[in-house]
Parts: sequence; structure tokens; C-alpha cells
Amino acid sequence: MNNLLSIITFLPAVAALILALFLRGDDAASQRNAKYLALIASTATFVISLILLAKFDPANTGFQFVEDRTWIVGLTYKMGVDGISVLFVMLTTFLMPITILSCWGVTTRVKEYMIAFLMLEALMLGVFCALDLVLFYLFFEAGLIPMFLIIGIWGGVARIYAAFKFFLYTFLGSVLMLVAMMAMYFAAGTTDIPTLMAFDFSSDPIAVLGMTVTGGLQTLLFLAFFASFAVKMPMWPVHTWLPDAHVQAPTGGSVVLAAILLKMGGYGFLRFSLPMFPVASDLLTPLVFWMSAIAIVYTSLVALAQSDMKKLIAYSSVAHMGYVTMGIFAANQQGVDGAIFQMLSHGFISGALFLCVGVIYDRMHTREIDAYGGLVNRMPAYALVFMFFTMANVGLPGTSGFIGEFLVLMGIFQVNTWVAAVATSGVILSAAYALWLYRRVAMGALVKEALATITDMSRRERAIFAPLIVMTLLLGIYPAVVTDIISPSVAALVTDYHASIPAPVAADAASE
Amino acid sequence: MSGTNLPVLLPEIILALYAMAALLIAVYGGKDRLAGVLTWTTAVVFVALAAFVATRNGVGSIAYDGMFVDDAFARFAKVTILLSAAAVLVMGQDYALRNGLGRFEYPILATLAVIGMMVMVSSGDLMTLYMGLELQSLALYVMAAMRRDNIKSTEAGLKYFVLGALSSGLLLYGASLVYGFAGTTLYSGILTTLNAEVPLGLLFGLVFVLAGLAFKVSAAPFHMWTPDVYEGAPTPVTAFLATAPKVAAMALIARVAQDAFGGIPGDWGQVLAAFAVVSMFWGAVAAIGQTDIKRLMAYSSIAHMGFALVGLAAGTAGGVQAMLVYMAIYVTMNLGTFAFILSMERDGVPVTDISSLNLYSKTAPLKALALLVLLFSLAGVPPMLGFFGKFYVLKAAVDGGMVWLAVAGAVASVIGAFYYLRIVYFIYFGTEGARLDSRMSSVQWLMLVGVAAIMLLGVVNLFGIEAPALTAAEALLG
Repeated sequence: MNNLLSIITFLPAVAALILALFLRGDDAASQRNAKYLALIASTATFVISLILLAKFDPANTGFQFVEDRTWIVGLTYKMGVDGISVLFVMLTTFLMPITILSCWGVTTRVKEYMIAFLMLEALMLGVFCALDLVLFYLFFEAGLIPMFLIIGIWGGVARIYAAFKFFLYTFLGSVLMLVAMMAMYFAAGTTDIPTLMAFDFSSDPIAVLGMTVTGGLQTLLFLAFFASFAVKMPMWPVHTWLPDAHVQAPTGGSVVLAAILLKMGGYGFLRFSLPMFPVASDLLTPLVFWMSAIAIVYTSLVALAQSDMKKLIAYSSVAHMGYVTMGIFAANQQGVDGAIFQMLSHGFISGALFLCVGVIYDRMHTREIDAYGGLVNRMPAYALVFMFFTMANVGLPGTSGFIGEFLVLMGIFQVNTWVAAVATSGVILSAAYALWLYRRVAMGALVKEALATITDMSRRERAIFAPLIVMTLLLGIYPAVVTDIISPSVAALVTDYHASIPAPVAADAASE
Repeated sequence: MSGTNLPVLLPEIILALYAMAALLIAVYGGKDRLAGVLTWTTAVVFVALAAFVATRNGVGSIAYDGMFVDDAFARFAKVTILLSAAAVLVMGQDYALRNGLGRFEYPILATLAVIGMMVMVSSGDLMTLYMGLELQSLALYVMAAMRRDNIKSTEAGLKYFVLGALSSGLLLYGASLVYGFAGTTLYSGILTTLNAEVPLGLLFGLVFVLAGLAFKVSAAPFHMWTPDVYEGAPTPVTAFLATAPKVAAMALIARVAQDAFGGIPGDWGQVLAAFAVVSMFWGAVAAIGQTDIKRLMAYSSIAHMGFALVGLAAGTAGGVQAMLVYMAIYVTMNLGTFAFILSMERDGVPVTDISSLNLYSKTAPLKALALLVLLFSLAGVPPMLGFFGKFYVLKAAVDGGMVWLAVAGAVASVIGAFYYLRIVYFIYFGTEGARLDSRMSSVQWLMLVGVAAIMLLGVVNLFGIEAPALTAAEALLG
């Protein structure tokens, strides 16, 4: 099974191709066929990826399941996973069947919808598996197209504005990344990621337009990659595309966006920024810390003021991603472990929250918080599920949200106490907006007339939430399932990182 | 010296004989009634000849004491030219018949133009260069004005002719300067002179020659004719203009730069780099305001020529290889796109307005998807082949030490992506209104969907085009 990763990556793409070429018509039967084929393909991908997980050796900190072939334009087709990326692959394959199941109610252009999601899955998997700079860029960029279409065709009223905003923001960021990639190729003479991770990019100060840039080439490259990943993440202040995209995207699109696409930014920091540009990362760490801290506090406050449920959850996502960037740049075992853990846990929780919004949106066709109230009276099962994920979002001990935030805060506290203090206030704020949202939607008496006949979750909807609840609890109660896999790779990353930073700086960091 | 050595010119001679025979038969045998048959026959002849050229022996040989060169480079360009010309002929057939353009002169003029292009890419002397160039251009002027009773078509033909004559004048002036300072018009002779010393007059000549050639590839700032001619000429002719002649002229620039002026790559490299940057940016920016898809394709081709020039400007074998691959991809993309443009009709009347594509994805989902792939490929969005074409030339620029050029190319490609995205916007998110007809001839359908498939499947190994392109590039620089 030397090409396991290729099979996993391209299986959804093959299914999409079959859908595009062989499925005709737009009647109820062919719509059903399209949905079933997409569900079967994504489930099969998940099952195969379980083999990957079973065969994965956590003790080996290098890349595993490596495929290396020469390809066109002097490039290599190189795939592989390590402890950092393997769980992102699992997250993607795990969430896609759930996402597709949540799209069961879609009736317009079903076939195209399924094709878009399957292509998106293939490209996202490619991002996490690629071990060649250009291959990575290829998957990273191409993922824009299906998401652009998903928002633009199946989205809400202002979908076109949101789709273009999403496309242009991310595209602009990634062009800077492409330019940086060219410079890296020019400097190192290769596009192979493992080689580049070991390569020592020059950090001698250089002058650009008369200004001296400390950290030299590394700083410039770091900033170019940072532009792309910060937009993707998204970090304050370039997060403004996210609320628009989330609000306008259909439920399935929101789930993928929040649960998987945002993680590409964090993954990029871990794969490129820290190992390849350690000196620059170290230099700019304070900037990232404060950007993250502002993101946590500011977007939490903004979330408090929202009247649209999806927008509220979108802002909460930005706040939670603030913990992730903070943890990554804390650059110690707890911080990075926590950041990865937080990304995985946020994948389950935010995905579930968007699905929760989708459930009532399907019934009432509004996302206004004011339109709801007292849902617990007619939808007890829904109220329970919603409460569970609200608590997980707040970071209640026993759920995965707690572990992630706690690890990150522990990591950051060792590096920068002030930032840790500011970030901790975000925990309280998140409780404020999440619980307040829950109170307004689910608690109280059912007074709205429109809600008098609302029905509780169907069997399909319950089936969607079950695996998410299981994962959130499992990770919350026994986090070792994740940390056992990531820790060795993270330890290697952190050690290499500190070894690459000039001695005095490292000593300062240690004495603080 | 090998003297005349006529067999080297066999493909050109066959094609010339065919053109004359076809002309005689058509004039005496039934004129326009034969147009359909003649078009298909010509296409078959092109394809057969392409196969013949592709399989000829690999060693380079020369004729007329070096005035005519047949090497791997020329063969690569010729095969591309012949195949794309054949494709344009057959896919324009349906349009020509439905719009009263079914003239027997069309395939014959195309044949003559193709002969000119084949001579161009094989030229080993400034005289051969000029002969080929003029044969091609004169045939193209007439083709552009093919629809005599249409004011726009006539205008296109006239404009093309006047500006074309001007550029030929520039070229000739440059050639005469080169001759004056080198004492010969043979490329090999010029190269020998340059190896000894570099007279200033020769550099002047070089600049004029390059300016004349830049006009032919419609590289900015010599691109002014392109949008008007593309818009005014009948659509099948526009498709022709956008494909084969571009390959020929680009190959010609490579041939002159490397064979005649190979000793001073720095000098022409910076001229070509300047052309490239201006073309890429102007092509991207000026296209934003266009509403006519043919004008838009004109600006698109200007930008694409800029990218191809990036490869040449690098001045390395890798750069020439990148240019050849880029041109092959460019031609293929344009064939697919024009196959679609040829089929654009509303209530049976051809339209070229971009907004007429409103919600085309609802009328014809598969064709819309194919068009989406093509547009993203033209924009250079991965994973379509268009991205690899761009990546290839930018990589060649980086390898050649021109990082700034590569960066400019990357930035220009982002600006350029915008207007392709606008077409996608109309196709998928447009407003309700009168829709395009969904009919399309089977040839056009095949071209559109086939090319879209190529754009996606080519990612696997570029259909093995890299190795021949490398052989061709090495033959040129060898």
C-alpha cells in the first residue's frame, strides 16, 4: 500500500468525475443517486483513512507513507504525513460524510453541489498530504474554486458579494505566498518541503527601499506566507471576509469552512513558518501574540453584539482561532500541542454549531436570534444537543474545547504572562456570548406564534450529531488519543525550532 | 555547404502544390459549393502533414546554403501550427455555413498563411524570414476582411493591413541596418560578426527587428491592432489569428534571438523582458472594462504573449522549452474557448456580448462546466494546465536570474484573473434574462469538452510534450 495517501486524496475526485460524466437528469431519482454516491464515496474515504491511522507509527517523527515521483515541469509529486498532518487528514475524512448528510435537504442543482463538495474534499486532503511546495500551493489554491461556487450558487441573499470577497481576500494572500515560494526556490534550489525544512534561509539583515529589515530574507518570506495563512486562519484584522462568507454560505459550506478550511492556515504555520523561518518567527512572535490577543477579546465582544446566529458563531470561530495562533507561536510542547488540539476540537464543535443553526434554519428560514425563543418546549432533543455544543464551545471541562484552550494558555503563560492574562479573559467572554445565545434561542416560554408547530430533530439529523458528540466527549475525557499521536512530532518541531534560533535570543526566552 | 537540398522543404512544397491545385479545382469545379469539402480536405492535409513532419528524421538539415533550416525546433513549431490550423478550420465550418461565409477562398488562404508560417519558423536568413512573414500576413489581411459587405470586417482588414505594413517597414529597416553592419543576412553570419565585436548599428537593427516581430505576436506596446481586428474579423478568422500565427511569430522571435543574436542574450533579453512586462500588465488591466468576448480574448492573448516572452527573455534552453510548452497550452486553451465563442447564438443570431452568457450554466450545465475549466485555465488557476504553463515560464525566469520578472508575472496573473472571473460570474450567478441558445455543432462540442478534459488530465504528465519541447529547445540553442 505504497500509494495509500493518493488513494485517499483522489477517491473523492474520482467519485466527482463519475457524477459529472455519468449522472444525467435532474429528477428526484437522480438527485437521490447523486447524494447516495457522494455519501458512499466520502464514507469509503473515511474507512480507508482509518487504515492510514492504524498503520501510522507515532514514534516516528519523520514523514510516513511517502510517495515520491518525478512529475511535470521539473517538479516532484511528493505526498506524506507526519504526526502533525495525519490528524487533519482524519478530521477531513471524518467530517465530510457528516457534511454531505447535512445537505440532504438541498434540492437545487444537487448533482453540482455534490461534485463541489467531493472536489473540495480531495483538494483539502491534498493540502494536508503535499510534501512539495508547488503541489501544496496547487491544492491550496484550487480549493478556492469549489468553495467560491458553493457560496456563490447555493448561498443566501448576498451570496455574490460574499463569494467575491472570499475569493479576492484569499487569492491576494496566496499570491504573495507564490512569490515567496519562487524566492525560496531561487535560494534553496528545490521545492521539496522536508529539504526546505532543513534548509537554513539567510537571516542576515538586508535593506529594502532604504529600510533595514532585521532577519533579512527570512522575515520577508515569513511575512509573505503570513499574509496567506493569516487570511485563511483568519486572524484579526484580516478576518472580515469570514462573517460574510459564513452567513451567506449554505449550511454544508459553513461547516466545511469552519471545521476544515480554516485549519489550513494553522497547518501552514506549523509546516512552513516555524520550521522554515525560525529566526523570523522568533522576531515576530510578539506581533502574532498581540494580534491573537486582540482577536480573542475584540471578536468576542463583537460576537456579543450580533443578532444573526451564524455571524455570532463566525466571530466566535475567529476568537478560537486566536488561541491557535497564540499556541503555535508559543513554540513549546504545551502550546503547540494545544493549538493542534484546539484546531481539531474546533473542527467538531464549530461544525456542530453550524449544523445546529442549519437545523432550525431549515424549519424557519431565518437566522435571526430574535425569531426564536423557548425552543426547549417543542424541541427537547435539539435543545440538549445545542446545549452540549454551546458548553463545548465555552470550554467546559469534560469537552474537547477545554483541553485545547487549557493547553494553549498553559503554553503561552510560560512565554508571555501578559498575553496569557488577556487571552484568559476570552474564556469568560466566550461563556457570555455563547450562553446568552443559548438562553435567547432555547430557554424561556414559547411565545412566538411561528414556532408553535416546529418539530424536533428527525432521525437523520440525530444521526449527524451522534458522531460529533462522541468525538467531543472522547477528546475531552481522554485527550491522549490525540496527544499520543501528535506529541513526538511536535517535540521534534519544537526542538528543531529552538536549535535554529540564535543562542542569545533563546537564552532570553528561557530566562523569562 | 549543402547547396539547394530541396527535399528538406518537402512539407512546404507539398502544401504549396496542394494550395494551387485546390485553387484550380475550386475555381473551375464549382466555387463556393466546394467550400465544405475543401475545408475538410485541407484539415486532413494539415493533419497528415503534421504526422509527416513529426516523424521525419531527428537530425537537423539545411537547404539553400543555410537560408532554410529544418531542425527539431522548427518541427515542433510546425506540428503545433498545422494541428491548430486544422482544428480551427473544422470548428469554424458550421459557423461559416450558417452565416453565409462558406467561401472556397477561406481554406486556401489559410493554407497559404500556414505555408508562410512554416517558412518563418524554418528561416535561417533575414530574407527567408521576410518572405515567410509577408506570405502569412498578406493571406491574413484578406482573411480578416473576408466579409466584404460588413463594415467592421472591412475595417479590421484595413487596419490590420496598414499597421501590418508599418511593422513590416520597421522590420525591413532593422534588417537593412543589420545587413549594413554585419555584411550578411544569414543568421550564422550575423552570429559570427557578433562574436568578434558588437557594432552599435547592429543593436539598432536588432531593436527594430524585434519591434516588427513584437507587432506580429501582438506584444504591448505594439498591440493596438489586436482588439479591433479580433472584434471585426469573422469569428472563425479570429480563432485562426489567435492560434497558429501566434505560435509562428513567437517561434520566429526565438529563432532570430537565439540563432542570429545568440551572442548578446543580455541585450535582447532586456528588450523582450520589457515587452513581456508591459504586455502582461496591459493585457490584464485593459481587459477589465471589455464587454465583448472577442475583444476580451484579444487582451487575453496580449497578456499570454507577455508570459511566453518571459520564457524567451530568460535566454536559456529551459526558457525556450518553457515558451514552447506555454504556446502549446495557450493554443489548446484558445481552440476550446473559440469553439465555444463560435457557437454563441441567441435566436439563431451570433452574439459576442459577455452578458449574453447570463446563467448559461442552467441552459447547458456540462458545457458551462467545460467553459469554467477553460476560463480558470486561461487565468492560470491551479490545477488546470494554464497554471503549469505560467509556472513553467516563471520558473525559467527564476532559473535565468530574472526574479523580478517572475514576480511581475505573478502579480499580473492575479490582476488578469479578475476578468475571467467576471465571465464565470455571468455563467453561474448572472441575473435572469434572455439566455443563449444551447445548440452547438458536434465538432465544436468535441473541441470544447475535449480541451477542457485536456486541461484537467494534462496535469498527470502534460501528455509527454516536455521531452519534444526540450529536444526542440536544445536544437535551437545547440
